[in-house]
Amino acid sequence: MTLKTEEPREILLSIRDLHVWYELRRFGFGRVGSVKAVDGVSFELAEGETVAVVGESGCGKSSLMKTILGLNIPTSGDVVFDGKNLSQLNNKDMRSYRFEVGYVQQDPYSALPPFMNIEQILEEPLIISGVKNKAERLDRIRKVMGEVKLHPPEDFLTKFPHMLSGGQQQRIVIARAMILEPKLIVADEPVSMLDASVRVEILKLLHALQEKYNLTVIYITHDLSTVKYFSARIFVMYAGNLIEKGETRRLLENPLHPYTMALLAATSDPDARNADSFKEVPPGEPPSLVNPPKGCRFHPRCSHSMPGLCDEKFPPDFEPEPEHFVACWLYQPK
Amino acid sequence: MNNTPGELLRIKNLVLHFKTTFGVVQAVDGVDFELHTNRAVVILGESGCGKTSLSKALLRLLPRNVEKYSGEVFLQGTDVMMLDDEEYRQNVRWVGMSLVPQAAMNALNPVLKVGDQVSEPVMIHLGLSKAESLHLVHKMFQHVGVPLDFVERYPFELSGGMRQRVALAMALVTSPSLIVLDEPTSALDLLTQANIMNVLKRIKHELGTSFILITHDIATSSELADEVAIMYAGQIVETGHAKDFFPAPLHPYSQMLMASVPRLRSESDPMFITGQPPSLMNPPKGCRFAARCPFRFEKCSEEPPMFEKGNRKVKCWLHA
Ligand SMILES: Nc1ncnc2c1ncn2[C@@H]1O[C@H](COP(=O)(O)OP(=O)(O)OP(=O)(O)O)[C@@H](O)[C@H]1O
Ligand SMILES: Nc1ncnc2c1ncn2[C@@H]1O[C@H](COP(=O)(O)OP(=O)(O)OP(=O)(O)O)[C@@H](O)[C@H]1O
Ligand code: SF4
Ligand code: SF4
Ligand SMILES: [Mg+2]
Ligand SMILES: [Mg+2]
Repeated sequence: MTLKTEEPREILLSIRDLHVWYELRRFGFGRVGSVKAVDGVSFELAEGETVAVVGESGCGKSSLMKTILGLNIPTSGDVVFDGKNLSQLNNKDMRSYRFEVGYVQQDPYSALPPFMNIEQILEEPLIISGVKNKAERLDRIRKVMGEVKLHPPEDFLTKFPHMLSGGQQQRIVIARAMILEPKLIVADEPVSMLDASVRVEILKLLHALQEKYNLTVIYITHDLSTVKYFSARIFVMYAGNLIEKGETRRLLENPLHPYTMALLAATSDPDARNADSFKEVPPGEPPSLVNPPKGCRFHPRCSHSMPGLCDEKFPPDFEPEPEHFVACWLYQPK
Repeated sequence: MNNTPGELLRIKNLVLHFKTTFGVVQAVDGVDFELHTNRAVVILGESGCGKTSLSKALLRLLPRNVEKYSGEVFLQGTDVMMLDDEEYRQNVRWVGMSLVPQAAMNALNPVLKVGDQVSEPVMIHLGLSKAESLHLVHKMFQHVGVPLDFVERYPFELSGGMRQRVALAMALVTSPSLIVLDEPTSALDLLTQANIMNVLKRIKHELGTSFILITHDIATSSELADEVAIMYAGQIVETGHAKDFFPAPLHPYSQMLMASVPRLRSESDPMFITGQPPSLMNPPKGCRFAARCPFRFEKCSEEPPMFEKGNRKVKCWLHA
């Protein structure tokens, strides 16, 4: 698969010092704190770029994506899409923004309304976006079903989601995300609920659509083994922060952050020799996002932690090699 | 028939069919395999191929709508299928083999402290006092890596990984020689998964326990596997030592399944298997994989038997 490095392209999405905090309230006490699900995230994506956001459960991946999709309001910071700052959009513009971004959820079954058939599911966004002509709507439904390789469309249009296999359901979810011809697709763990034999098929389908339409894709996953087939860049997320960002191959071959190294070491390939040895796993668990550790949030689990520095000061992004960023004090220039 | 020396478990022609309003679901349909003491077999297969049903058939944890339940299950020399329910409860479940069911970590009793939950099977099945069982619970918590003061906690006060360790401690605490694990890591994070696999390896090493690990996660399964059994549409289609299987699977389905696994440390382009497994209501007469098999030929319209190839077995006419 091709992972192109070309001359600079148009910036499509720009995230600036984004914070998404959820208030924790307890009855009778009012505000008792907040879950800092996204806590100072910045990045830019060019048109046609693919990036994977990798991290463990609860690190804030979905919160980040929902904010990009306009489903969450940021606590502070900006989401700028195609030059427009989301916080300045009125309701009408916000609605049309949602047509420009497609969303592929993790669990296809719960993403599809059970009482609508496939035709109704795919027609709904067209009706909402104002495609008045029924024949045109049907035409576009057929076309998008061809794109996700559900042939012939007639076999599926009158079916309900529960009559389809998991892989077919996920194709419908992708078709629905694609039908308004978005520029950006956010795919949140799109294959983690599917069987091994189908996963690759869905990832390849997404990849083919990405190339054909020069889509910008954010692929969220906890499975590092699928990333290189799909994304040109990787962002690693830990406890609300992006702690390492880099070109996929470089990051996989030369991980810099101790947490990224741990993730890679924990990823198995099927090999009988795995049973002969134990895995190195950092002790403990990801921290609470209500009271995250001071300094580097990984320091309580990090074997390289430098007392007086790592447990005191939050590490900024360092760039030890070009276009490879890491938030870790080990890479502070001397 | 009996178990041969060193053999812990021998299953022959195990069948579990369910009755439904639409027909009979042949979820487990003639499963055979053996397991030696202190070995781990992984049973790999796609969703719906009958893995959980196989675990239920082994532990005799049956739903109401059973249509057929038959076969031989020799555990340490006894055909436990011949025991009545009372004998089975007293001598087999927990004492001979325990189950960590799919999603066990979410099935702990929410209103009971985890220490009390883990000591319950000890008191009931080994007849020990509360104090004696708590002593055993402490020992097991050490083995699985749960801090000892967690006995006083409720399940909601633990992370998913810790709850899974508690479920594992519960299966271990009665010292069964065999533990059946149904998808023990699939709901867990990567680092937690790696931790749990470390725990299983350690238990196998320190306590001499044998394992049947049921999963669809091929890469993670290789962390524990001595033997591999591939399940397809209610049947085992290939068995062999992990060291033979992983580098060179024999059955076309096994080969395609292995080729579908994305790998971190290789440039191989993963492939996918077109089509879907057959319905277990009306499985095809011949080879159940025939509709998806690129090597299919005339013979395949008859059901292939298990062919033996040295230590390996494969249910495919190509290996006749
Ligand atoms: N609406 C909400 N109110 C309060 N807390 C929330 C809310 N949504 C998410 N959180 C919390 O914010 C943190 C980040 O959640 P998020 O869903 O973004 O994580 P994630 O990385 O997507 O995890 P997963 O891999 O499990 O999907 C978690 O601690 C979660 O419990
Ligand atoms: N009590 C039941 N009555 C009827 N059908 C059942 C029953 N339990 C399971 N089945 C069916 O038997 C087949 C095998 O189910 P089983 O749960 O054993 O599969 P599995 O391999 O464990 O799948 P998964 O990987 O999704 O857990 C499925 O078609 C399922 O719908
Ligand atoms: S900043 Fe310090 S504690 Fe954090 S990852 Fe780097 S070395 Fe470890
Ligand atoms: S028996 Fe025939 S159809 Fe079945 S796996 Fe072998 S070659 Fe393919
Ligand atoms: Mg999420
Ligand atoms: Mg199951």
